Formats: sequence, C-alpha cells, structure tokens
Amino acid sequence: MISRSPFMGMSRARRREALFAYLFISPWLLGFIIWEVGPMIASLVLSLTKYNITSPPIFVGLANYKRAFTEDPLFWHSLKVTATYAAFAIPLGLILGFTVALLLNFDIPGVSIWRTVYYLPSVISGVAVAILWQFIFQPQFGILNTLLKMMGLKGPEWLYSTTWVLPAFIIMSLWGIGGGMVIYLAGLQGIPTALYESAQIDGANWWQQLWKITLPMMTPTIFFNLVMGLIGTFQIFTSAYVMTQGGPMYASLFYNLYLYNNAFVFFEMGYASMLAWALLAIILILTLLTIKSSAAWVYYEGELRRR
Amino acid sequence: MAKDTTIKAAEITTTAERALPRLVARPGWRIGKKARENIGKGIVIFILAMGAIVIMIPLYWQISTSLKSIPDILKYPPKWIPYPPLWKNYMDAVTQLRFLLYLKNTLLITLLTLIGVVLSSSLVAYGFARLRAPGLNLLFLVVLSTMMLPYQVTLIPTYILFGKLGWVNTFKPLIVPAFFGGGAFNIFLLRQFFMTIPLEYDDAARIDGCDFFGIYWRILLPLSAPALATVAIFHIMWSWNDFMGPLIYLHSMDKWTLSLALQQFNAMYARKPNLLMASSLLMTIPLILMFFFAQRLFIQGVVITGVKG
Repeated sequence: MISRSPFMGMSRARRREALFAYLFISPWLLGFIIWEVGPMIASLVLSLTKYNITSPPIFVGLANYKRAFTEDPLFWHSLKVTATYAAFAIPLGLILGFTVALLLNFDIPGVSIWRTVYYLPSVISGVAVAILWQFIFQPQFGILNTLLKMMGLKGPEWLYSTTWVLPAFIIMSLWGIGGGMVIYLAGLQGIPTALYESAQIDGANWWQQLWKITLPMMTPTIFFNLVMGLIGTFQIFTSAYVMTQGGPMYASLFYNLYLYNNAFVFFEMGYASMLAWALLAIILILTLLTIKSSAAWVYYEGELRRR
Repeated sequence: MAKDTTIKAAEITTTAERALPRLVARPGWRIGKKARENIGKGIVIFILAMGAIVIMIPLYWQISTSLKSIPDILKYPPKWIPYPPLWKNYMDAVTQLRFLLYLKNTLLITLLTLIGVVLSSSLVAYGFARLRAPGLNLLFLVVLSTMMLPYQVTLIPTYILFGKLGWVNTFKPLIVPAFFGGGAFNIFLLRQFFMTIPLEYDDAARIDGCDFFGIYWRILLPLSAPALATVAIFHIMWSWNDFMGPLIYLHSMDKWTLSLALQQFNAMYARKPNLLMASSLLMTIPLILMFFFAQRLFIQGVVITGVKG
C-alpha cells in the first residue's frame, strides 16, 4: 500500500521541498479546516436542529427547511427584496460604470484626476457612508429633497416610505460605481489597438467600433462583474442595518439582514444556519446559470480559431 | 409601410440639402478632423464634469453640514457655505463619541490583523508559487473556490466556537483568524505577483546558502513591496470599515470600534446631524488620506483582485 504513496520514488531534495511546501501553506490549511470546513459541516448539521445557544440543540430533521419554504412569508419576502434590488442596482451600476470607463478611456486631459473623483466614494464604505446617505434621504432637510424642492418638486419620504426605500438603496449603490469602473477601465486598456486601427481603415465610425469591437472584447469583464455583483447583493448588511433596520414594514429586509436577525436577535441558530445554506444554494445556482448563459454572450479570444 | 418611411427620409435629406447653401462643399467651411476631435473631447469632459459634480455633492454636503449649527441645517433655501464655520462641532464629536478610545481600539485591531494578514498570506503564497509537492495545485484550486463561499455559511458555528472558548467580548475573534492564511484573495494576489519574479533569483540565493525561508524572507518579500502594500491597503480599508464582526463579538462599550460606536451614536444623536457628520468624517479621513497617498496601488490592486473595490 505504501508503495502507492506519491512520496516514494522522490529524491531526498524533492521530499524536503514537498515538506516545506506543506509547512508554508500550513497556516492556510489549518485556517481552512478550523474556519471553513469545520463550520460548514457544523452549520449544515445545525440547520437540521432547533438551537438557541443556551440549551443543547434539538434535532428536528428538515423542519427548518419546511418552515422557510411553506410557513415563513418573511423568507420569501426578504428574497424578493434582495432580488428586486439586484434587478435594478446591478444592471444600472453596470451601464453607468461601463459608460464612465468608456469616457475615461478617451485621451483627455486630467485623466487621473477624473479617475480619482469617480473612485473616491468606493474608498469609504460601511457605517460612515450609511449615515451620510441616511441624511441625504432625510425628507425635510436632506440634500436630495432640498434640491428637488428648489426645482419645484416635492420629494418622497425615501427611507420612511415602503415604495421609495428600495429606490433609495439603489441610488445609493450607484454612488459606488467607481469600483466596477476601474475594472472596466483595465479591461478597455487590454483591448489591442490593432483591432481599432484596422476597423478605422475599413471606415468604421466610433459607434460601430463600440458595438463590433469594444463590447464583444469586454464581455469577459462584464461577466466577471456580473457574477461578483450577484454575490455582493446577497451580502448587503451594514447599510440596511444602519439606515432602516429592514423597515418600514420590512420593505428593506435584505436577505442577509434577515439571517442576522434570526441568528443574533431571535437566537434561532438552527433556522439561521438553514438560511445560510439556502443562501449558498442560491448563489451556486445563480452563478451556474450565469456561467451557462455566458456561452451565448461572453467572447473569449481563444474561440477565434474555432469560428 | 417601411418603404414609405424610407422614401420620406430620402425626401427629407434632399430637401435639407437643397435648403442648405453649398457652404459644406467649400473647403474653408469644412470642420477639420482635428476640430471635430476637440469638440468630441469637449463633450466627454462636459459629461464627466457633470457626473463628478453629482458624485461630489454628498461629500461636500457632509463637510458643510458638519460645520453648521442646527438652525442653519434646517434653513431653506440651504446655506451652501457654512458661515461662521463651527469647528467646535468636531471637538464636541470627539468628546461625546469618546472618539480617541474607539480610535485606539480600531487601530489596535487593524494593526494586529494587518501583521497577521501580510505575514501569513505571503508565506502561503510563497508555498503555492515556488515549491512543488503532490496535491498542491489541487489545494490552490480549493483556495480559489473559497473566494466564492458566502461568509454566512461559517458565521454561526464560528460564533459558537468562539463562545465556547470564552473569546466573545474580546478582540481575539477579530484578530486570531487573520494569522491563518490571511484571506484567499490576498493569497491569490501575492501568488500571482511572486510568479512574475524570475526563478534565477531563487537559484542564486540557494547557491549563496539560503534555505526556503531565506529565499522567502530575503528575496521575494523585498521584491514584492508593491504587491504587499496593495494587500496591506485593502486590508486596512476592510478592517477599518468592518461592522458585522465587531457588532457580533464586541458587546461592552469600552471595547467598541469606530464603526460600532458611530452606529450607536447615530441611533442616539439623530437630532444632531452636524455632530454625526463630523464624526463620520473623522472616521473616514484616515482612509481618504491613505487613498490619496497610495492611489496607484489602490487602482492596481482593484485591477488584480478585481473584486474588493
């Protein structure tokens, strides 16, 4: 049996190298077992129990799953809130971020200053930004409604309105397009200029170059940002916690906030673990769907030969 | 139907041509290629400037609110320039928020985790980039796949584990994990960077009697300063803004971080937006300063990791 070991037949130096390799990666390997694999299994097991931390967990089988899918309207509601937000925030952010990147890709003076300005909001995040936007959306003296009033319009109640709270979160997300913009900008600069030169010889105008060269060449980058945007939406927590606590009337109850409430407010650790695994399943399915659909619209240079 | 419209369109063009004098044909009147380009650039700059104003209004408003009195904040039409500027608001924010205590806590956590992240992620990245062992490539794929794992899946058991260890309401749950790998992104980023350093350096060092650790410590680390700085900057940014970790683990007031204290301040002082704006500005100023000094690294890092921005 031992003779099957890959270590047999290695020179002493190679064996020593392998030993050191494992030694170097051991911090990660230990962390992976202690903080990834172990907890993952534990939370899968916990998802089959009722557990409030103070008394030992009680095995309940699939009851938590059944409760979420058939009895808990807030589970579906929080999914709907998250999906609605994603359906607007992701495409809008993509279009705006891409447009700004296109504009910044022109040979204009002060490119680095513009880039700094557009990226700056992405540097500050978390509680400070949530507090800032909470006051921007303040109905009486917030800057947004003040500006609307100066234009003769009466602004909505924003964070206090069930209709306007999600649009408010979407507007806020657009302030941070700088992160995506930088990635698009890097992608744009990676497109070989020879493609544009030959197109210009063929008499293609700017618009045609955008549709026939830039967009196809950028699809891998767009795809990447899309997948990351999907995952990121399901992680929204701080802004919702600080600005609305999920209100009014659960209108901004994002999935992650609902999970947090179950775990650390209601101490329903079993149910919250189930929510976490449901989240993992949702993210996996969405990612797989995006990857599947990508065959139809993402262009990789390697494909050139097959066409 | 479609035919009709095309014909109409054709008619319109011909009438337009007739209506226009032959100016276009005269060489002196033709807009040159250079001029057209300049007009295009002008339009681009105009759009960018409009966008920049929209982006900057919230920040400007934050600064101006932080320097106003309450009656001035409520005034309509708004006072754009706070006069006289109430610098006292900042003093009040510092004392009422106990800013220095929370700054100290935040700095302590950020610096200790920074050491953990930079040390352990570079060690692990070196193992993956430079050494050969069976199964290592497979393990690297595992590293990459953990990037997709939502943290919620491990959150609750980890919390229970730290509870059993008696670490809840200490800094340990926030600090100790940083020493175990330092995050898949950072490992990935550093490994990619290490791979760009020629192997000849390693060989030369080995001939001079360096062992594996010596190569890592004396050759790769000094040569990787920009990549290490990128990792450091992103970690500082992340740790400084982290909210859920402190919220879950730090219960007593004197252990709070700035994020947590600011949120609490927000709930208590909703009627004092000037103090709130001042304190949230105080919290973000270190990050903004860091951004201005290390802009290039920031943008490089975003491009390499792609996601953290």
